[in-house]
Amino acid sequence: MALFDIRQRSGYLFLVVVVGHIILISAQVNSRSGVPLLQALVFGAFAEVQRGTAAVVGGARGTWDGYVALHHVHEDNLALQQRVRDLEVKLQRDRALAGESETLRRLLDLRDRSQMPTRSAEIIGTSATADFRAVTIDRGTSDGVRADMAVVSSAGAVGRVVMPSRHAAKVQLLVDRSAAVAVMVERSRAQGIAFGSGESVLRLEYVSTSADIVKGDTLVTSGIDGIYPQGFAVGTIEEIERSGGSLRAIRVRPSVDFSSLEQVLVVLAPPAFVGPRAPTGGAERRE
Amino acid sequence: MNGLRILAFIAVALVLQTTLARFLVRGSIGVDLVLVIVIYLSLRAGPTVGIVSGTVAGLAQDALTTGVVGIGGLGKTIVGYLAGTVGRAFIVAQPVPRFLVFFAATLIEMAVITGFHLLLDSGPPVVPVGAIIAQAFGNSLVGIVLFQLADGLPRIAERRRARSDRNS
Repeated sequence: MALFDIRQRSGYLFLVVVVGHIILISAQVNSRSGVPLLQALVFGAFAEVQRGTAAVVGGARGTWDGYVALHHVHEDNLALQQRVRDLEVKLQRDRALAGESETLRRLLDLRDRSQMPTRSAEIIGTSATADFRAVTIDRGTSDGVRADMAVVSSAGAVGRVVMPSRHAAKVQLLVDRSAAVAVMVERSRAQGIAFGSGESVLRLEYVSTSADIVKGDTLVTSGIDGIYPQGFAVGTIEEIERSGGSLRAIRVRPSVDFSSLEQVLVVLAPPAFVGPRAPTGGAERRE
Repeated sequence: MNGLRILAFIAVALVLQTTLARFLVRGSIGVDLVLVIVIYLSLRAGPTVGIVSGTVAGLAQDALTTGVVGIGGLGKTIVGYLAGTVGRAFIVAQPVPRFLVFFAATLIEMAVITGFHLLLDSGPPVVPVGAIIAQAFGNSLVGIVLFQLADGLPRIAERRRARSDRNS
């Protein structure tokens, strides 16, 4: 039969003989990697087949995915755009929450450091006119808040309570044109009084002509006004104008950014707790 | 071509290779008579005979060496199959085509053997290209002479027989 005539099928015979030779060689030696030669040859050949098959399949799949199966891409794109928008909104909300958390954490740190009885408060409103620089907090007499109590933040002194109601209170900021606070230069301990100007800066007055004060010095509350506890930052000397040998005008940049205040602490300690009341009768500005 | 004749050819080639070839062209590397016989049989009788003769001759030759048995057999099997296939597909009856077949077959066999030695990192050092070319030339020349003898001897014998018949 021609089917079994080996002379007609020399290709099969050739394959059988070649495989036989390889088996014979493999039985005698190992390849360089220590694997029997037959395994190395078969694996090498099969790996190439696999590589080629994978390349063909990958190419076909890429063509299908990249060109044919794109009918859902538009819907997916719209859904993804919506999701991006939602996530952006969520991100902004989370950022706001994170900022609020950070502010609260600083306030907690401040309360722990100051060892004073305080009450945290949130700013719920600002003054109705630009002349009067004040804010409204959500704590009032029912929370123990009284007039002339100091209000501070993690950045420094903020102001004092001027009008408490049952559940809220108005706080006069240091930059109000009728506000004043007793201060001292942190470096030299030279004392003075910082007045609000109605603008974004303070004026330092009642400073001795021989006081050691230079531009860049930090001012802190001295505590002698009986309102503000000692040691809270008030601001930094921004400019010193001299006229002859005397000081004419000293501008102070406040430590607190009043435009971004959100959370504050009301110092509940009575004036006696934080220090003797000033003989001038508080920090009310005297013109 | 029956099996006995194939075996006889191979046996003669082996004997000549192991005894006389080293006197021909600078030792045994110059001509591989066993390979010449395998190619000759393949061109004469086709790929099947080429495979069988190559396998038998190669294994026998391997058995007479100290190397890995099978490498030479594989090389000669491949050469026998290819030469037989070429002989079937093309007319290889002139000296030049025969020369080319012998030449190419020698190169292929050397490539197979050298490749296996490199793969196994064992066996004799790789034969220089110059020696391979020299052996290819030697094999080709011997192969052409073999074909000329094989083609010419019957005719000479026939002529002598005819002459003797006329004289008688």
